[in-house]
Amino acid sequence: MSFDEIYNIALMQGFAGLSLFAVLLLMGLGLAIIFGQMGVINMAHGEFMTIGAYTIFLLSSLTETYAPGLIQAYFPFAIVCAFLVAFAFGWLAEWALIRHLYKRPLDTLLATWGLSLGMQQAFRTIIGPKEVSPTLPDWLMGSWSPAEGLDIPINGMFVLGLTIVVTGGVLLALYKSRWGLRVRATVANRSMANAIGINTTRTDRVTFAIGCGIAGVAGAAFTTIGSTGPTSGSLYIVDAFLVVTFGGAASLWGTVVSAFGIAQTQSISEFFLSGSMAKVLTLLLIVTILMLRPQGLFASKVRR
Amino acid sequence: MSDKHLPSSSRRTFMLGAAALPLALAMSRMGHAAALPTAQVNTTGLAVTDTEVIVGQLHSATGTMAISETGSIQAEQLAIDQINAMGGILGRKIKVIKEDGASDWPTFAEKSRKLLVNDKVATVFGCWTSASRKAVLPIFEKENGLLYYPTFYEGLEQSKNVIYTGQEATQQILYGLDWAKKEKGAQKVFLVGSDYIWPRTSMKIARKHIENFQGGKVVGEEYYPLGNTNFNSLINKIKIAKPDCIFAAVVGGSNVAFYKQLKAAGITGAKQFLLTLSVTEDEMLGIGGENFEGFYSSMKYFQTLDNANNKAFVEAFKKAYGPKAVIGDVTQAAYLGPWLWKAAVEKAGSFDVDKVVAASPGIELPTAPEGYVKIHENHHLYSKARIAQGQADGTFKVVAESPELIVPDPFPKGYQ
Repeated sequence: MSFDEIYNIALMQGFAGLSLFAVLLLMGLGLAIIFGQMGVINMAHGEFMTIGAYTIFLLSSLTETYAPGLIQAYFPFAIVCAFLVAFAFGWLAEWALIRHLYKRPLDTLLATWGLSLGMQQAFRTIIGPKEVSPTLPDWLMGSWSPAEGLDIPINGMFVLGLTIVVTGGVLLALYKSRWGLRVRATVANRSMANAIGINTTRTDRVTFAIGCGIAGVAGAAFTTIGSTGPTSGSLYIVDAFLVVTFGGAASLWGTVVSAFGIAQTQSISEFFLSGSMAKVLTLLLIVTILMLRPQGLFASKVRR
Repeated sequence: MSDKHLPSSSRRTFMLGAAALPLALAMSRMGHAAALPTAQVNTTGLAVTDTEVIVGQLHSATGTMAISETGSIQAEQLAIDQINAMGGILGRKIKVIKEDGASDWPTFAEKSRKLLVNDKVATVFGCWTSASRKAVLPIFEKENGLLYYPTFYEGLEQSKNVIYTGQEATQQILYGLDWAKKEKGAQKVFLVGSDYIWPRTSMKIARKHIENFQGGKVVGEEYYPLGNTNFNSLINKIKIAKPDCIFAAVVGGSNVAFYKQLKAAGITGAKQFLLTLSVTEDEMLGIGGENFEGFYSSMKYFQTLDNANNKAFVEAFKKAYGPKAVIGDVTQAAYLGPWLWKAAVEKAGSFDVDKVVAASPGIELPTAPEGYVKIHENHHLYSKARIAQGQADGTFKVVAESPELIVPDPFPKGYQ
């Protein structure tokens, strides 16, 4: 094997790690807001991703039927729709279910688990049990090959770009906007935030809905990688919790770092070991580190 | 006496008779309804009456496996409806009790017990995954039930109480590998599968065949957990190994991710030969024709098979379940179940499980959509193997077919 080939494989392997990082981060981000900032264990997080993915599928079918000329252009618009639809359902779920359970955090686990099962069956009944894939625009498929033997997946680059935009947006909103200030105040001390005139009920609802909306965006992005079925969400939920817990629940930076760490460990060990062994190794490493640092990589400095 | 009056008076006589001579009446009614009396065709207390026979259907209508099993449920129902339209079996209409295994293996076991013990069904059409079949097998053997199992599977099993209507591993694998070597010159093969019993057993057989019988070389063997959606590292390993043939058995949601990522990494049908054991028309819906274009699949049935049986079957299926419905390999195998059972019952002249089982070997079905099939002594089917190439529109083009029926061999010598 020539030096060129090794160089190309190394580059592609590096990108494989990066694109897994993007996937994990996008998965974990919405949950980091809901679980990390609000302390709600949202077991239905994966189903909100599925809602986003189905929104893309729906819009792609509509575009194909009514405006086939726009098939190259609908995707960015569909991602915004995926956010809005998931946001709306998140809003509804918070109003109907979650808000009654803020004082009983462990019960949210059960309630959202039930919600997740209900949503899965609803997908199955309404949309059908078969896996679906939206028609993607041509520019999202295939690979970019700047050199012979070097193929960088375009969908991977797209997901990476989207992740950077969404993460940047969330960080900016959380640390620079009024909403972010209110969220951080509510997280730090709910009753005090209430006393100084912050409408914590409303803050909670918006925060939960935004978390769900981001899950929707994640689901939308994943349609470029895999397919969507009623139970797709349950594939993602474990990884999402892993990323958030490992990073330190209340820290967004922790989520970023943990996604990066897990992705690189997984991707590099996959290259040298077999797929299943790589997973074992990654999980073993995470468990060991969590035993030594139960609070996760980045402990929050919030007074409880 | 008016015509109108006649039935009621005759019914009265009938009922009087029923009160007085129940046995004689039962016999006479049977004479009208069926060729053979119930007491004769059912000596083991199955749910068979003069006019109907009750069978069970046990698949996952909910849960993860609903994606795959829905096609089987539909095909079995279609076959049963068609048989009923022809007058049923031994003059009795088939009535189905549907149970939902809910993609959960203990539930499958529990529901199979319910069907066999409480409902006393004459036979069961059901299961899909090997895990569900293994869960119900001891119950079928203990209660002496009869199961028609539709999925292609890893082999290494044979039970008096099961008829396997899909291919066992050697039927699916060996012809495919021989074809790959002959037509595509495949010497260096890379094996990829999901990490559970079926892919692992299949790949073991494939490796033995390549190394011991073909003089080829296995340049990689990789398994990924079920549900894994990230194959980029694997794809890089494939690029290093530069195989002549990628031999794949990736299932479920992973399947879609695998082919999408192959395409995104520049591995397309035009550049790389790939043969899979796990892509039927059903999986193709999710994967999308554009991602599978040019790759090959090894199955015994494809929807595009060009024969009269299949044309009639596809037409009937689409009429029942909509023009967009697709038929995969397992769906067709599930469709065979009720027909094979009908033939065996009629040959035995009885619904008794022991007699039906005894009559089963040698049963032929010239009307099968896949062509002619026949039940072997070992309860698997003689069938042909076929290779088809995926097309951009999501259909398959059959490019090769084994010249003879392949003898099922669930315990292949030299492959253990």
